[in-house]
Amino acid sequence: MGTRNFLWDFGKKCFTFGLIGLTISDRYASIAHVQGLSMYPTFNPNARTFMGSLTDDYVLLEKFCLEKYKFSHGDVIAFRSPNNHREKQIKRIIALPGDWITAPHSYDALRIPEGHCWVEGDNSASSLDSRSFGPVPLGLACGRATHIVWPPQRIGEVERRIPHDRISFG
Amino acid sequence: MGVSNVKQWSRIVKEALDRAFFTAKFLCLLHVSNTYLCTVALAHGPSMLPTLNLSGDLILADRLSVRFGKVGPGDIVLVRSPQNPRKIITKRVVGMGGDRVTFSVDPKDSRRCETVVVPEGHVWIAGDNIYASTDSRNFGAVPYGLLQGKVFWRIWPPQGFGLLRHVNE
Repeated sequence: MGTRNFLWDFGKKCFTFGLIGLTISDRYASIAHVQGLSMYPTFNPNARTFMGSLTDDYVLLEKFCLEKYKFSHGDVIAFRSPNNHREKQIKRIIALPGDWITAPHSYDALRIPEGHCWVEGDNSASSLDSRSFGPVPLGLACGRATHIVWPPQRIGEVERRIPHDRISFG
Repeated sequence: MGVSNVKQWSRIVKEALDRAFFTAKFLCLLHVSNTYLCTVALAHGPSMLPTLNLSGDLILADRLSVRFGKVGPGDIVLVRSPQNPRKIITKRVVGMGGDRVTFSVDPKDSRRCETVVVPEGHVWIAGDNIYASTDSRNFGAVPYGLLQGKVFWRIWPPQGFGLLRHVNE
């Protein structure tokens, strides 16, 4: 009887912590694992060596920006891939609705439609981003990366960077 | 006197903390069931006439079917609008990724039709009222990730209470 009570209590505690954890990670902040080289050198700067590839960066995603979907130029956001909803990507916002951006491989300017943004990886050589699939709806965003939290020697803020040469602000 | 006062206060504080924790737990439960199981939405506007009324219907949408990919043509879905991420719109799925979709460009002139193939990972959505609906005809196929839930039940108005039928065109 005692063990059953204990198990019941334990189950209830797990359930409560699960609820609270899920709520916090949905509404306030969560931790995400960054894989791949597309954001080199901002994330995973040592990934080219074998030892470096074992220590991928973990970043803190804040979710307050999802209340109003307000983002600024240069923010690093995580979003669901427009082609595969199970996959999440992390990229930098280059242009926001109303801006003009020079389209890749041409001299045409492209206007970002309402409710969309233009995202690119910092490492343009190995990044699958808006240059291949076009503007991304902001509704796919699921958080903004503000800090690197792991590994310990890389703890610090994620800086905002804006390439001024390619866009004109609308 | 002093000791009993402290005791009384500590009891009040303890009770207040208990209440606050209980409320927090309740709100968390509400959030989780709302995000992962089922949500209530108010649909208004002319775009889904005659399935949903103009004046505003209260509908229930489940989140599980979207998560597990159980959405198909004919389902009514909640979609985060690609044009304004703060807005959720209610539309019917017409085609999934890879499907061929034919739609009339101008509803008043039924001869002008266009056929497109929906890209992989996207869905083609349309309102039931083709004369007053902003849907995939305007902004193209939307990424599957924008789907928020599958509508299955109407709560209000009372005469329409019940399952929303799955309509195949």
